[in-house]
Amino acid sequence: MAERKFTIVDGGRAVEVDEREGVVLAKRAETAGRPVAVDLDEGVAYLGVTARERAAALASLEAPDFRLPDLDGRLHSLSEHRGKKVLLVAYGSW
Amino acid sequence: MYGELRGYGFTVITVAIDKSAEDARPWIAAARPTHPSLIDTTHVLADLYNIVNVPTILWLDERGRIVRPNDVAFGTDTFKSITGLEAAKHLAALRAWVRGEATAIPAARVRALQALPTDVDQQARAEFGLGEWLFTRGRTEAATRHFVRAGELAPHDFTIRRGTMPMRGIDPMGPQFREMLGAWVKAGNPYYRPLAE
Repeated sequence: MAERKFTIVDGGRAVEVDEREGVVLAKRAETAGRPVAVDLDEGVAYLGVTARERAAALASLEAPDFRLPDLDGRLHSLSEHRGKKVLLVAYGSW
Repeated sequence: MYGELRGYGFTVITVAIDKSAEDARPWIAAARPTHPSLIDTTHVLADLYNIVNVPTILWLDERGRIVRPNDVAFGTDTFKSITGLEAAKHLAALRAWVRGEATAIPAARVRALQALPTDVDQQARAEFGLGEWLFTRGRTEAATRHFVRAGELAPHDFTIRRGTMPMRGIDPMGPQFREMLGAWVKAGNPYYRPLAE
């Protein structure tokens, strides 16, 4: 019988492995200090970014770069606006 | 405001933290912005900047440095009676900074004012990430389990607790939101956390 598949989502990329290997990989990431969320029924683990890494980036005061789409799907990076003062506004329809 | 200040080497970037571009579309259509108006369905920005509620604003200088950390500001006084925050106060400070009439917050003070993410916050974001991944694949029930777990881990994170309501079939302005907010405030917690200046 073929083994069930398992998906590891890391940094927005999904990799499919065998279930046993997936569980081992998730455990290993957790041991390494990564925040890991697992759903064994769904066969997927999500690997997050450590507080240490995020906190260090913010405390450096260097604004973390990002790349996000507009309504037309066109991607924009924060770094494209270097040389300008920026008001960054996060909002939600909720 | 943007029209008035863009000549000073300034831009606004708005990011809608929403479950889909369609949720944000009416807002963007109404505002008809000429500055970048972006959509973040996977909470990329919330994760990078430790954003736990909306609206959250930051000021970044020409070198890409954070000169005003996460703060609460509104563009209008629509919610003033609820929030006690006046739109004009932030706008005046922003205008003075952009026009070079006032300096931003010194680096040491910015660091003192920053709220940095903890291990539990990042664990909550991983649970959110898993939930969002499942949600976009139609696994709504499984997604809900992880959204709820994320909210339990980080009860102060309304980007998770309220922001996922539309993905859990809950009205984010409805009775369940009001109940959550009521319990939170009754326990002595602030819903909005403007900078203590």
